[in-house]
Amino acid sequence: MIELNDDKCMHCGACVGACPANAIYLNEVILDFNDDCTDCGLCVKACPVGALTLIRTRGLKVPAVTA
Amino acid sequence: MFPKDSYDVVVVGGGPSGSTSARYAARNGADVLLVEKRQEIGSPVRCGEGVSMEIFKHVDIKPDSSWLVNQVTGARIFGPSGKFILIDAKNAGDEVGAVIERDNFDKYLATEAAREGAEIATKTSVVSFLRDGGEVCGVRIRRMGEERDIAAKLVIGADGFESQVARWAGFNTNLKTRDTTSNLQYRMTNLDLDPRFTDFYIGSVAPGGYVWIFPKSRDVANVGIGLLLSKIRGPSEAKDYLDEFIASDPRFKNASIMETVSGGVSVSAPLDKVTADRIMLVGDAARMIDPLTGGGISNGVIAGKVCGEVAAEAVKAGDFSDGFLQRYEKGWRELLEEKLYRDYMAKEKLVSLDDEALDKLIEAMSAVPLENLSTKEILGAIRKKYPELVKEFEDLI
Repeated sequence: MIELNDDKCMHCGACVGACPANAIYLNEVILDFNDDCTDCGLCVKACPVGALTLIRTRGLKVPAVTA
Repeated sequence: MFPKDSYDVVVVGGGPSGSTSARYAARNGADVLLVEKRQEIGSPVRCGEGVSMEIFKHVDIKPDSSWLVNQVTGARIFGPSGKFILIDAKNAGDEVGAVIERDNFDKYLATEAAREGAEIATKTSVVSFLRDGGEVCGVRIRRMGEERDIAAKLVIGADGFESQVARWAGFNTNLKTRDTTSNLQYRMTNLDLDPRFTDFYIGSVAPGGYVWIFPKSRDVANVGIGLLLSKIRGPSEAKDYLDEFIASDPRFKNASIMETVSGGVSVSAPLDKVTADRIMLVGDAARMIDPLTGGGISNGVIAGKVCGEVAAEAVKAGDFSDGFLQRYEKGWRELLEEKLYRDYMAKEKLVSLDDEALDKLIEAMSAVPLENLSTKEILGAIRKKYPELVKEFEDLI
């Protein structure tokens, strides 16, 4: 799940274009997220001002298996 | 001023590519609707506003002082050590030539489209395709709280980096992280610059990209940065790197920021295919941005002209099949494709070089006489001094 900080968002659409699942839509100053988000985090990297944060909600992190 | 129920062509997106497509489709007899989701054409600006004078050769655009605010004479490319090469404007490719005001430029192009008879609908979003069976037969628009269906024989997707038309039509527009950049720019004032030059800074000041200074006058400039997503480690790096660059340069000591602009820019190879039955993509939506410079205006406008002309031909022929639209594919690729691929390869190489190698490159390039600054000459000069830097480019030399 992606959390948006409205205070930082420039409404530029960098996240929209970077999203491989088309889970974000920008209309003027409104950024809509739909359920297709896969938590890949690309939008977080694409955002030039750090307005997006990835909150992991799907599944639990499995500890690495060591030999 | 509400749109009619039916048009030959609906163009989605009122940027330079869309307006130019609409203009040339209308000029050649098509009934055109140009749809822009924002409330104002050209605003807010999301662009570095550097543009090549090349476009004036291909497209009927008359330089106008409302948008052409500074014609530069050259571009300076600074390596990490501070050494630079000066590239004469006529050899510098896509991003050197002039600094423009995009909001006025976009309005100028939209006006040209309107003069040819295209109708423009602002604050109007295209929310989906209309389909008859599987075939696209129009678009659903949303405007001031009202949804309407508009029939169209042809839909042109000029909806930019985040194109929805391309995705709805089934094109794979997903970008690799190495082919996407995160960009931030300040329009700064109270500077003291040499307005004859655009400046580019490469190396670790901007991993995988560059910092630019595009002056509009002696005291006003766009100062921005683009970073490759594959080089970005955490959030807000574009801002952090740009702020650091500005803090380190005394020219910005007394400067103030008048506007902040951000956005995504693709630096990929173009899509393999930009047409389908009843669909054409143009400009950033078709990944026509120059992957070396990140410049998209010239290519979008040049391809837009071809796109509009072919749209009108399709209307006359009554043939909107993918087969007919190959005229557009052929036309724009003849004009742009070779350079796009060459610049893509150059970008791939450049982003792999560290600061030391980039400094060597700048040093080798500064040995080439200015009038010979073609890609071939540059690579030849580099090969003489540092053959290992151009190994993968042998076929271009």
